[in-house]
Amino acid sequence: MFDSLSDKLGGIFDKLKRRGALKEADVRQAMREVRVALLEADVALPVVKDFIASVTERAVGQEVMKSVSPGQMVVKIVNDHLTEMLGSDTSGISLAAVAPVPILMVGLQGSGKTTSAAKIAKRLKEKENKKVMMASLDIYRPAAMEQLKILGEQIGVPTLPIIDGQLPVDIAKRAMTAAKLQGMDVILLDTAGRLHIDQTLMAEIIGVREAVTPHETLLVVDSLTGQDAVNVAQSFSDQIGITGVVLTRMDGDGRGGAALSMRAVTGQPIKLVGTGEKLDDIEEFHPERVASRILGMGDVVSLVEKAAETIEAAEAEVMIKKMKKGQFDFDDLRAQLRQMKKLGGMSSILGMLPGIGKAQKKMANANIDDSLLKRQEAIINSMTPMERGRPKLLNASRKKRIASGAGVSVQEINKLIKMQKQMAVMMKKMGKMGQGGGMPLPGQIPPGMEGLIPK
Amino acid sequence: MTEDTIGKKKGWFSRLKDGLKRSSTALSGGIGDIFVKRKLDAATIEELEDLLIMSDLGAAVSRAVCEKLSKNRFDKEIAPEEVQAALAREIAEILRPVATPLNIEADHKPYIILMVGVNGSGKTTTIGKLAKKFQKEGKSVMLGAGDTFRAAAIEQLQVWGDRNKVPVVSGKVGSDAAGLAYDAIQRARAENSDILMIDTAGRLQNKSHLMAELSKIIRVIKKQDEAAPHATLLVLDATTGQNAVQQAKVFQQAADVSGLIMTKLDGTARGGVLVSIAEKFDLPIHAIGVGESIDDLQSFDADDFSKMLVGLEI
Repeated sequence: MFDSLSDKLGGIFDKLKRRGALKEADVRQAMREVRVALLEADVALPVVKDFIASVTERAVGQEVMKSVSPGQMVVKIVNDHLTEMLGSDTSGISLAAVAPVPILMVGLQGSGKTTSAAKIAKRLKEKENKKVMMASLDIYRPAAMEQLKILGEQIGVPTLPIIDGQLPVDIAKRAMTAAKLQGMDVILLDTAGRLHIDQTLMAEIIGVREAVTPHETLLVVDSLTGQDAVNVAQSFSDQIGITGVVLTRMDGDGRGGAALSMRAVTGQPIKLVGTGEKLDDIEEFHPERVASRILGMGDVVSLVEKAAETIEAAEAEVMIKKMKKGQFDFDDLRAQLRQMKKLGGMSSILGMLPGIGKAQKKMANANIDDSLLKRQEAIINSMTPMERGRPKLLNASRKKRIASGAGVSVQEINKLIKMQKQMAVMMKKMGKMGQGGGMPLPGQIPPGMEGLIPK
Repeated sequence: MTEDTIGKKKGWFSRLKDGLKRSSTALSGGIGDIFVKRKLDAATIEELEDLLIMSDLGAAVSRAVCEKLSKNRFDKEIAPEEVQAALAREIAEILRPVATPLNIEADHKPYIILMVGVNGSGKTTTIGKLAKKFQKEGKSVMLGAGDTFRAAAIEQLQVWGDRNKVPVVSGKVGSDAAGLAYDAIQRARAENSDILMIDTAGRLQNKSHLMAELSKIIRVIKKQDEAAPHATLLVLDATTGQNAVQQAKVFQQAADVSGLIMTKLDGTARGGVLVSIAEKFDLPIHAIGVGESIDDLQSFDADDFSKMLVGLEI
């Protein structure tokens, strides 16, 4: 019922078919729909208005390039403008200050501050080899300090010992001293969730800010936030002064809206995005990627990078050798299924691929999801090692045995065999081409995945 | 909100108003600005539509409400208060059918309530507030710490249990939430509790494995008592935009949600998305959270909410 923004814009621009310069009437009509689509994606109204006005001005009269359709031309203009609005470059967390560098986390209740603090701490520790300490200044929510402490234990990051009855400003000062004494590089200060109109609590956080002079003050915002995002961003930005935004729950299906508003209202970059329940699930924010993702042009770069991180080099080498020989058996297929699970499952991978938005929705409707990966792995697990290495062995009686072993129908086994065959053919082709040729063209379904997507 | 709130009606209203006033100030100020000495023309209606959009009613619902409003009054001089009242009436009409208080049926004992919702929506806090309310009504309450995933979620519920002096059934972090639900029901029966509220871990509705886990919890509860959970309450955050519609839809499918509670209406978020939800689903809206204190959970009144939404006094 609620199409994602990219689907909507895709649908709108499909209608623009005429060639030549973009006519004002056409652009205006498209923009009316863009406006509704942006609003339903929760982009704040003032931001939408600015966006529509400037993008209309830019688009009207533009000559459509020979190689693209008018729709694609408008998509390009909209995309360029979106990217610009989201921020023209990537900006990570800055640690360019005297150690221990204080980082202050602020935001509304339930926006995800504590979880984000732990994710950031883990990231700084593992990716940048920093000595990080965390301290909770949340004296209000029951067990909030306990929560940070437990998270600290999980990621191997020390937390400031809890002293009952201490005020946030005093905890912050104590945290700075402790971090200094223990030679920490970074001290992450998690604060209580507060309403931006709660003057008492806003004054409290200003007190903390004055006591520790944070190098970074990060506003943590739920990416599912509606129109109120403008008020929140404006108030926190005006009253406390923020240096960046952390956008949480980007793994939800309400994608886009708040991300667009935040940068426009605060003028500060979105530094990180939370993408899942695990403490590793935090990523840098790439404006150009998010813009193209919103417009349904896929997020190919993101996928490639994520894959590169997950797939171990050794495994990849074996794969390349096999590929050159044009082999692809069930062991390989299983390895790939596991790889996909590591990457965050089918739906998350498909979301990153160009032109898959619609297929993804189809899958959701058909109730085909990550459990499919599990079932397919179970089927392969039910095969003997010999069968895995030599798929041709699979005759009717073997299939029956495997089916009962995996608790599936023979039909599903056949589907999997078909998939393995398709992959093998692809591998042979790719092997012949040598390097490259691995990424599917935009709009195409990646090889071997056809079987997973219902027609 | 029955006996205990009637006794101090003023407190109830003023608290609700304090909470919602901030929500409506911007909106009503805006309407006032638009309508001083003006005709209800197309441009004005568009501005009105924008104002509704900004309170999260969504583009489609805002348009529909404004179209209805303009039908009979188009091109006529109209006073701001009149527009506000008419607007409130339109919205209240949509909300009225779903404004139903949470009714604890005495023939189910324990009356089992399951709390569900996305992360950070305020499930645990709402349980704490509800426990207080039920206690005031003279009912014995037990809590089940079913959020076995998030760090310190169990401790958080335990604090609410201690504050209200109600027993909390809890297991280990990372243990099976369905198993915890089973244990909680057993104990609530053994101790003859009137009401058992079971907390669950926050989950985004598009994570199918987490939604499947929720379905499993319900299956296990049903094995104990076929009619249970007697109420499955979806907690929505008022700050959430149009995604709340999707939350209502998917949670209703996966967990057979029986009613809604909207939290965090004490900020500037107006929760207008409830109007969309009321139009699309036949889901009772039981209560709204208008503050941090334990008494700040109020029953949902369609007329009051609509009036507040458009900036009228109640």
